[in-house]
Amino acid sequence: MAFYVVQFLTGLASAASLFLVASGLSIIFGVTRIVNFAHGAFYMIGAYVAFTLTERLSGAFGFWGAIVIAAFAVALIGVLVEMVLLRRIYHAPELFQLLATFGLTLMVEDLVVLIWGPDDLVGRRAPGFKGAIDFFGQNIPSYDLFLIVLGPVVLGILWLLFQRTRWGVLVRAATQDRDMVAALGVNQKWLFTSVFAVGVFLAALGGALQIPRDAVHHAMDLRIIVEVFVVVVIGGLGSIIGAFVAAVLVSELNAFGILIFPKISIILVFLVMAAVLIVRPWGLFGRPEAPARKTPGLTVNPWRPLTSNERLAALAALVIAATLPLFAGNYALTVGSEIAISVIFAVSLHFLMSVGGLASFGHAAYFGLGAYGVAFLAKMAGLPMIVCLLLGPLLGCMGAAVFGFFAVQLSGVYFAMLTLAFAQIVWSIAFQWVSVTGGDNGILGVWPSSWAASPSHFYWLSLGVAALVTIALRAMVFSPFGYALRATRDSLLRSEAVGINAKRIQWTAFVIAGTTAGIGGALFAYLKGSVFPDNLGISLSVDALVMVLLGGVETVSGAVIGAIVYKALNIWLVSQTDLSKLVLGGFIVLIVVVFPKGIVGMLEMLAHRRGKTSPPGSPLLAKPIESAE
Amino acid sequence: MSVAPPLLAVEGLTKSYGGVHAVRGVSFSLRAGEILALIGPNGAGKSTCFDMLNGQNRPDSGHVRLLGEDTTGRKPREIWRMGVGRTFQITATFATMTVRENVQVALISHGKQLYNLWGSAPNFDRGEAGRLLELVGMGGYADRPCGELAYGDLKRLELAVALANQPKLLLMDEPTAGMAPRERVDLMRLTAQIAREKSIGVLFTEHDMDVVFEHADRIIVLNRGTLIAEGSPAEVRGNPQVQAVYLGEGLLYEAGHREGASA
Repeated sequence: MAFYVVQFLTGLASAASLFLVASGLSIIFGVTRIVNFAHGAFYMIGAYVAFTLTERLSGAFGFWGAIVIAAFAVALIGVLVEMVLLRRIYHAPELFQLLATFGLTLMVEDLVVLIWGPDDLVGRRAPGFKGAIDFFGQNIPSYDLFLIVLGPVVLGILWLLFQRTRWGVLVRAATQDRDMVAALGVNQKWLFTSVFAVGVFLAALGGALQIPRDAVHHAMDLRIIVEVFVVVVIGGLGSIIGAFVAAVLVSELNAFGILIFPKISIILVFLVMAAVLIVRPWGLFGRPEAPARKTPGLTVNPWRPLTSNERLAALAALVIAATLPLFAGNYALTVGSEIAISVIFAVSLHFLMSVGGLASFGHAAYFGLGAYGVAFLAKMAGLPMIVCLLLGPLLGCMGAAVFGFFAVQLSGVYFAMLTLAFAQIVWSIAFQWVSVTGGDNGILGVWPSSWAASPSHFYWLSLGVAALVTIALRAMVFSPFGYALRATRDSLLRSEAVGINAKRIQWTAFVIAGTTAGIGGALFAYLKGSVFPDNLGISLSVDALVMVLLGGVETVSGAVIGAIVYKALNIWLVSQTDLSKLVLGGFIVLIVVVFPKGIVGMLEMLAHRRGKTSPPGSPLLAKPIESAE
Repeated sequence: MSVAPPLLAVEGLTKSYGGVHAVRGVSFSLRAGEILALIGPNGAGKSTCFDMLNGQNRPDSGHVRLLGEDTTGRKPREIWRMGVGRTFQITATFATMTVRENVQVALISHGKQLYNLWGSAPNFDRGEAGRLLELVGMGGYADRPCGELAYGDLKRLELAVALANQPKLLLMDEPTAGMAPRERVDLMRLTAQIAREKSIGVLFTEHDMDVVFEHADRIIVLNRGTLIAEGSPAEVRGNPQVQAVYLGEGLLYEAGHREGASA
């Protein structure tokens, strides 16, 4: 019995930091409508800065002073970020806001390693809370008890701040109706900046308070942000009390989940989240949101199928691409295969994101599931390659069918957060369930059959599949289903009013996109000869988003161009620098701020300016593997 | 005539929010080919009533019957499948698609081809889409992106989309709100003409009394959630109770305010 009580208290202690970070995210979202992906990064910087300060300053005052100073210092960084970056994108589509703040996260990860090194840092114990308290033979760290008390205290302070101060009243008013608050003569700029500062302060404080409990390391940002997303989805974005209740719930589920499913403890959290979403899609304490801003919205440029000339050009590009093995070496062919697989991955996300308006932040889950599907079939069942390639993607299909069902109940930022959380769950399963997936060691020795083993043959196989997938998905864009999908993206109200079951259309699109990504993953497993949890990790999901964005999120064929350009650059970049995340993050922020239309979007616009309707395919660029219908 | 059930029969429709009775025991019916206006001052319950007919909102009690079949509490898309087209007070169209594609989406849905992955949508029922656009005078705009249209043209497009499933009943929520006076007359004339030709029943809410008295065959008047009058334009105009209700807002003929939030 005592053991369970201690487990319960440990859960409560973990809830404190989670609540601090989640409430910060909620407050920022309430006023600015930005889901700050970089919130985990601020949490991490808070921990690092606090670590350095607690090492320098001595004594009890030094320790606690260092924690508070660290939170304030990071809040100042937050103010800088808000003024320099966020102010430029408050009116951008929400996808761009998520991506820009994600780019920031990537940059911070490399910067942190640059400043503090790649090793885990173990901080000082908190003065006055170094020991443990004996509870019927079980030990409870006294610092845990401090955190348990701290959570409700912070909740109380926030309540007073919002109920009793002028600033709090303004924040609550802005959360309900921003435009009205602006119309009443409130300086929006400073309100937004101060709200962002408070939110970041809470995140950094949460990070700083973790150092006596946990080692500080450079991957803690993603771990916390995924948990925080789960918390705000359950609790309801914009609700502080919701953040508190959900933080406690999630922490307890984690604490007890380990006892029930030691291998896959995260399952329990997922089940609860699924249940909440079915009953209250906007969270326990949230309110139904007004329809989200549409993902597209930069331009209105009708889509049309390729003309016959454009088809010929695309075909010619494909033929040229197919001649690569005649003059290129093995390394170039392997890179070529990887690029072709990236094209498959990118067009599958494009179908969901640009055609369906559903920006998935966890699309790699289905790519990775396809790869694992192949690995299971090849290694455990010993099936031949062709069978594995055909059946492997079914695992991606099934994953998409299950997760997609829940994901399409939501839209906009909720959809993005939920897909990210799902992907992280799949990743955790692959990582934790060692007996089946091999955990971190992955599954090795997934080699292609002899007919596809040579680099040139594998390249032709990848190129052929990429071309087929691109053609098929493009045909679907211009099929009746594609029109229905675009209709649900443009107006849910109108689509329901013309008899369309929007959720079911979107679910179907989700399954199609997931299965297609699984095809890419299946090829990828054979290309690498192995499968690892990274094949369904967050960074791969973001790669796909950036490929679509770089090509042009509002074009039909941008994803193909984006995938080719991005993948080639990425492979080159990784070979040139150790700071690839810093460069990539900066690159993402740059695209969002100065180049939101993407490559193909820009070309279309230029062609428009010349007074001529432009081909969406842009056959001028090197080897676009595509055609129409 | 009297044996067949009316096109639309509403019986004892009631809805309250908290302690506020938004709609109380409203009953009326509508025949095929008839144009019925639902009027009343702000907060009278028009929008609530309307939303219960089209499935957007569920009544606390009462029934809605379409050609004898009970549609109470069904989803908007199910009601559409039974032959009810609708237009919105604030237009809802597919903004990134062309005018023709907007109509084609409705035709695809009507033809139950929504899950057809391989057909060619640009060629789907192109002729019928063209005819519908001609009918509402939008034939020349077929290839224009919908997001570029003027507001009056969007209203016409909505009418074409609403007609795509060959409806028996049209529900139009403030069809002329936000339009110039000239456009209002044109749109209502067009609607009335189509309704009579195809024997479609039309129910519309409207604040512009000129539009109401010129085009409605019959008018029902709501006030504070209850039906206070029903009859021909002449009867309603002469009804002292209706005049009393409207005097608070000025003269009957000038009560052209737009309705704000629904009651």
